[in-house]
This record gives sequence, C-alpha cells and structure tokens, in this order.
Amino acid sequence: MFKPSEDVVAEPKGQRAVGRGAKTIETRGVDLFYGDFHAVQDVTMTIAPNRVTALIGSSGCGKTTFLRSLNRMHELTPGARVTGEVTLDGEDVYAKGVDPVAVRRLVGMVFQQPNPFPTMSIHDNVAAGLNLNGGRIPKSRKDEVVERSLRGAHLWEEVKDRLDKPGSSLSGGQQQRLCIARAIAVEPEVLLMDEPCSALDPLATLAIEDLIAELKSRYTIVIVTHNMQQAARASDVTAFFNLDATGRPGRLVEVGATNEIFTNPSQQETEDYVSGRFG
Amino acid sequence: METDWRRHAKNRLMTGLIAGAFVLAMIPLVSLVYEVTKRGIPGLSLEFFTADARGVVGEGGGAAHAIVGTLVITAVASLISVPIGIMGAIYLNEYGTGRLRRALTFFVDVMTGIPSIVAGLFAYALFELFLGPGIRLGVMGSVALSVLMTPIVIRSAEEVLKIVPNHLREAAYALGTPKWKTIVKVVLPTAFAGLLTGVMIAIARIVGETAPLLVTTGVVDSINSDPFNGRMQNLAVYAYNEYRSPGVFKQAAYDKAWAAALTLIAIVMLLNILARLVYRRCKTEIR
Repeated sequence: MFKPSEDVVAEPKGQRAVGRGAKTIETRGVDLFYGDFHAVQDVTMTIAPNRVTALIGSSGCGKTTFLRSLNRMHELTPGARVTGEVTLDGEDVYAKGVDPVAVRRLVGMVFQQPNPFPTMSIHDNVAAGLNLNGGRIPKSRKDEVVERSLRGAHLWEEVKDRLDKPGSSLSGGQQQRLCIARAIAVEPEVLLMDEPCSALDPLATLAIEDLIAELKSRYTIVIVTHNMQQAARASDVTAFFNLDATGRPGRLVEVGATNEIFTNPSQQETEDYVSGRFG
Repeated sequence: METDWRRHAKNRLMTGLIAGAFVLAMIPLVSLVYEVTKRGIPGLSLEFFTADARGVVGEGGGAAHAIVGTLVITAVASLISVPIGIMGAIYLNEYGTGRLRRALTFFVDVMTGIPSIVAGLFAYALFELFLGPGIRLGVMGSVALSVLMTPIVIRSAEEVLKIVPNHLREAAYALGTPKWKTIVKVVLPTAFAGLLTGVMIAIARIVGETAPLLVTTGVVDSINSDPFNGRMQNLAVYAYNEYRSPGVFKQAAYDKAWAAALTLIAIVMLLNILARLVYRRCKTEIR
C-alpha cells in the first residue's frame, strides 16, 4: 500500500472513482516524546472509517501531538520520537521501509491556522497536491479535480470567477475551506483536522462543520477541538485526553460514542471535564 | 484625568534622540552622493561611455573598457556565488544538523571577515599554480570577488529562509510532498524576493572592490569582454589609477575618476531598481 509503485503515484489521481474508501486507524501502545519530554503515554484506540472522531481535552494534554503521529508529521519536529504501533487498515505506518511521504498521501491534514500557499493562486493551491506530487497531468483533468474539490469544500460558488487570484485574498473561513479543498484534492483516505475552526468566526465554523458532516461519507475524519459544543455537534465518537499534572504525559482517558461521553461517561474525570467543572 | 507630563517629556526626548540619530546617519550618505554627483558630472560625456582609453593622454577617451570589465567580472562572480550561496543556505537551514552545521556557520562567519586583499591574493595564488606567475585574467577577479560574495549570499539567504513560515512546509508535507520538492516549489518561491534582495546587497558589496582586482585582473586601457583571455579593467581600479597617476592633465584625469565613481553608484542603483521591478512582478510575501 505504501509502495509508490502502486496506485498512490502511478495513477493520475483524478481518474480514480471518487475516494478509495475510508480506512480504519488503530493505535496500540503509542507513546510520543519530544526529546526527553514524554508528551503522550500509551494510547490504544481504534478510529472507525466514515465516522468523525473528536479528540478533546485540556491544553497540553497531547491531542495535537497524537493527531500528528497518525500521518507521521510528529517526527518532523527535531528530537521527536514515537514508540508503539499505528496501523492503517492493518498496515503498520511506522514499519521499516515505509516512506512517510507515502503515508501522508493517504492521510491528509488541515491545520489550525489556514495556510494557503502565498505564492499560488486559488486554482494552484487546490491543484498543489497534484502539481507537487509529480507526474504530468493534463490541464483539463486538473481543472476537473480543482472544481470537484472546491465543490466538495463548499467553496466553488464563491471563488469560481476568481480562481487566478491569490489564495491569501480570501477571508479566513474561505481560506480554511480552501485548505480543505487542497487536502481532499489528492483524495486521501483519512483526513486529520487540528482545531480547524479555532481561528474562525461562528458562521465560518458552521460552514466547516456542515462540510465535515458531509465529508465523512468518503473519509475517516479525526478532529482535534477545544470547543466541546463542536465535538458534541460534529462528531460521532469522542476521545477524551487528560494529564495528571503539567510536565506529566497526556493519556487517553476514555473513548466512546459522542452522546455517551457527553451524557453518561464511565470515568469521573471525563464527567468533570465535559460538564465544565475544569478545563 | 491628569496628563502625565513626565511620560510626555520622556516620549518627546526619545523621539528627538531617534530622529537625531537618523539625521546624523543620513549626513554622510547625502553629502557623499552630493559630492560624487557634483564632481562626477563634468567628466560624463557620450565619449566616457563609448570609448576606451587606448593611447589617450590627458583629455578625451572614456571608461567603456572599465564599465564592460566591471559588468563582466561582477556577472561571473555572481554566477559562481549565487548558486553556491543559495544552496549552502538551503543546506544550513533545511538539512544541516549538529556539528557540521555549526562548523559551516562558523566558517561562513569567518569568511565574511576576510580582508578583500587576501581574497585577491588567494585567487592569484590559485591561478598562478596552473598558469604561471604574472598571470592576469578577468575570471581571476571574479573568483576573488566570489570568495567575498559567497558568505554574504549564504548569510542573507539563510535569514530569509528562516522566516519562511514553517506551516507552509507542513502544509506541503501533509499533501505528501517530498522534502526537496517542498523546498523548490514552496519555500524558494515564497522567499524569492528576499533572496533577490540578499543577492543585490552582495553585488553592491563587491562591485566597488579595488584591491583584489588590482592583483588579479590587472590594468589595461582597451575593451576586453572575455574573462578567460587577457587583462580586464574595471571602474574601481580605473578611478584609482586616474587619481593616483593623473599625469600632466590633472583635472581631466580627476574628472574621469569622479565620473567612474558616479557610474559605479549608478550601476548599483540601477540593479536595485531592476530587482524591485522583478519582485513587484511576482507574488511573494517576504522581502
């Protein structure tokens, strides 16, 4: 699956039937470190396909770090290490000989701050994945992918007349949808979102949440959020992370159906957190 | 509400000091430009830009050979330094780690402090090894200047690459882009204007060098545009020679020296304007 010779690279991405199908992520005993600092301890969980899984918890509990370990972005930080196992439909993402670049083609990511490429137009931002990942793709095919991705990100109607304008000319919410369009243009199987709405106003947030609800029919979605209403509204499954004290590693307290976690959690600390007694 | 006079007074005082420092810094600059312009203009003429100085004694003749030489020597030096410098900066900022990186940074810092005459002697010694003593070539001057120019390009390019936001690199990685492509297609275009500015500063720094060219490119009175064949004049050395040995027609020689200095400043300014035009054309963030 991670071998570049297979469909990941060889086949022009636009030709595939929409989506290759969402995948299941399983983690077993994942520990994450920054140098000597133990950031996240022993996370074992299963992330189901075609569901939105929300990671919640107070700041510094390692949600984002854990998220970034799922597509091997964690290791880009100097000194960062991972132990344990992360599998994508049974295949070990960290196995020897697996190219992190190939993993990231299957596991896309949307960041907290909208980060369109400042030197590229709206069109080129969406096509960036195709342009950057090589292969000559005919322009008509590219235009097709761009339109489909922008429609998929609910942005097409707003930008179709100014595709050649720079991506940074859009509003914050539009930029974030542009980034989502850019991520889905390469048709990943999993979409990771790191607090995608924290820099946006409520209306733009609503637009993104609607989009997430729609995207889950095609992708496995994992979203980190500080906003508990958002987790309650937008996710099917919620995982609660916590840490005992500053400087101690974060850990997974419990994971379950979102309405369970918010109405009838099995752990007292989850209850305390979701009812707003701290955090 | 009571007005805080002490704060106001302090504010005034500091503003005054800062403005004063600015004026003080501008005085030498303005007076230099004024003086060079005033004394340089009498020497300027069509002939100055079109004729060389072959067989000229006293009035008449021009500095075309020196202008051509300056442009060729600087261009070749840039051709050597810019690729090495930018690739070196990419290594230091994007790839380098640990001891090698620290060592390279240290040596680049040392290199920025090399006296220019040492660079000239280095280039002379290098070419003398292969071509025998007394050798003088335009390209030798370029090599000497590139020794001075490369560390400046590395330093400025490194600073510019450092301020390319990391989230852009991450955005590219998250799309499954290999590192080298991220650098070529995302990092460098974003940093383009800044890199160009750094190159312009480096060129401005070397274009007026005199000492290293005296020992490498020699002195000559006729136009030579082939850096691999024969001696080559340049504006700085030309100005120096006109001033040092003006001969009998002193004023004419002095005029020519000042005109050469003015031309040198004009070349640097034109290059800067050109660079500004180029980066206004391309959409880029960091200057």
